[in-house]
Amino acid sequence: MASTLFDKIWAAHVVDRMPDGTCILYIDRHLVHEVTSPQAFEGLRLAGRAVRRVDATIAVADHNVPTENRAAGIAEPESALQVATLEQNVAAFGVPYIPVTDIRQGIVHVIGPEQGFSLPGMTLVCGDSHTSTHGALGALAFGIGTSEVEHVLATQTLLQAPAKNMLIEVTGTLPAGCTAKDIILAIIGKIGTAGGTGHVIEYAGPAIRALDMAGRMTVCNMSIEAGARAGLIAPDEVTFDYVRSRPHAPKGEALEHAIRYWRSLASDPDAVYDRVVTLDVSDLPPQVTWGTSPETVVPITGAVPNPADEADSAKRTQLERMLTYMDLVPGQKLDGLKIDAVFIGSCTNSRIEDLRAACAIIQGRRVAAHVRAMVVPGSGLVKAQAEAEGLADLFKEAGFEWREAGCSMCLGMNPDKLKPGDRCASTSNRNFEGRQGPGGRTHLLSPAMAAAAAIAGHLTDVRRLA
Amino acid sequence: MDKFTRLEAIAAPLPMANVDTDKIIPARFLKTIKRSGLGVHLFAGLRYDDEGAEIADFVLNREPYRRAQILIAGENFGCGSSREHAPWALLDFGLRCVIAPSFADIFYNNCFKNGILPIVLPADQCAALLADAQTGANARIIIDLAAQTVSRPDGEAFTFEINPFRKHCLLNGLDDIGLTLEYEAAITGYESRLDAAPWRPAIPAL
Ligand code: SF4
Repeated sequence: MASTLFDKIWAAHVVDRMPDGTCILYIDRHLVHEVTSPQAFEGLRLAGRAVRRVDATIAVADHNVPTENRAAGIAEPESALQVATLEQNVAAFGVPYIPVTDIRQGIVHVIGPEQGFSLPGMTLVCGDSHTSTHGALGALAFGIGTSEVEHVLATQTLLQAPAKNMLIEVTGTLPAGCTAKDIILAIIGKIGTAGGTGHVIEYAGPAIRALDMAGRMTVCNMSIEAGARAGLIAPDEVTFDYVRSRPHAPKGEALEHAIRYWRSLASDPDAVYDRVVTLDVSDLPPQVTWGTSPETVVPITGAVPNPADEADSAKRTQLERMLTYMDLVPGQKLDGLKIDAVFIGSCTNSRIEDLRAACAIIQGRRVAAHVRAMVVPGSGLVKAQAEAEGLADLFKEAGFEWREAGCSMCLGMNPDKLKPGDRCASTSNRNFEGRQGPGGRTHLLSPAMAAAAAIAGHLTDVRRLA
Repeated sequence: MDKFTRLEAIAAPLPMANVDTDKIIPARFLKTIKRSGLGVHLFAGLRYDDEGAEIADFVLNREPYRRAQILIAGENFGCGSSREHAPWALLDFGLRCVIAPSFADIFYNNCFKNGILPIVLPADQCAALLADAQTGANARIIIDLAAQTVSRPDGEAFTFEINPFRKHCLLNGLDDIGLTLEYEAAITGYESRLDAAPWRPAIPAL
């Protein structure tokens, strides 16, 4: 029978089936971070269990780490305790760990692919919903809860029921000024935050094939914002070229063997999907969110919708609440909306390609005087490369803060937070109330759009600056 | 997870209905990196005064109930949030079994995940057990999971219902992890095939 990419990876990882049809799914790679692991390690300790495969596990601290003055440690006691607890746990259980001061430290979803820890055809999990990022390599990657983190640590498996297949076919050629971020924002705007529920999304079509790995990671990263269990892109030459140079990827004959296998994973031409969506991006304008849900996407040329046009009363109430929280009025133009802060970073958009795209917009211009703009590379290695390429200097000269790697202002768990009422143009993935700090207002957009907003001092159409 | 087979223990009476998870463990104790050590916070709002001193007449502050392993409670025990901190706190205090006329769903399920046996008995039988529990240390109650009985100090036995799969897991001390580990041979077999697959290499030391 014809199979999809998802079906093939799933079938290759079924260890056994429970009487009720639930599968024991083998997990090839497990990424661990400081927030969701303490009780899992404690559970192992209480049950007298070991980590089954330390050679398939790595740990890193990212959510709580400050992005400046690393040497000073972590001032906030609860954050410091979470990181210290991770360090004790990895030492006690023998789990490989990238220390906070190591150049390879960074956001868990940036360093996995960067190190070649995440590879095509694998099952990969992490106690974090944006694990879907790694699907860009053609790996089945999804987020899990703390009890499941313990389950994987102890058994290297998970109890799972199979997902449904959804195909998103992205056609056309992406116009200038548009990026992978605009594609995924447009998709979420189209199918909604519950559009992918119960499904694994496979992204395909010429516009996806044309993306580099960083762009593919941006797309897969936000699959979870469309409600999907995971996002996937079939591995191709772009993938193999990316993997080839990774420190922990196979080399030589082993790599050639792997590539032959990885090629076989592509969905069969006659494979059947439970749902198919197509999107033509030929005329796509740059996208931006206006509300407090990632599905509140409009083109930068567009305006804030009017709740009165919404027939469903529950939805209408929700829209009204969003308008109040975001301090916007119906019909208000997004272009020209004054901002206070710009955040370029997060596991969605903090790779070297993202920083290059943002830098390309600066061209000797300066960040508007009233704007606080921040660039936070996704890993120490991205930071070093950006410094070597001269990007860091360009950012600093333009008036951007240049930070150490971490989750930073993507979520208010470390010192980088918005002040109440601040409006931020952000390359991250969630615009929930208070996500970037209590009372903060988030507009999601691409790195190029964020850089343009920093310079203009308001949301603006990057195509005018490019 | 510890096996649950037969328990002969002191039972503490808590004749209150709708004891919610906030009562079992208040939200301010959830910012923890631990799941053990929560026993001191069990029923914190009922157990301690504003200065943190024990309230002398709360049942779990009195002898012999400090050593209770069974709790006899009112209907709808464990309503509220899905937090697993509630069973964690009960277990850490030493309670292995809660008997009540009814339980909230999620709490009921969470008990099994953590090796606690929740028993549903009709209201009149719960009332009889409450009366027994009031009499203190001599009133030992015997739970026999295999036989599905609760025996009173006078020897009278009540039988209770339990899902056979749940019963199997508790009798054998199987949580989800324990259950999966029953498939150990299949996992090891899978791994032996995996190790021969060069496209899924182990990660060398960092
Ligand atoms: S960057 Fe943001 S979304 Fe990504 S892992 Fe960190 S907190 Fe989560």
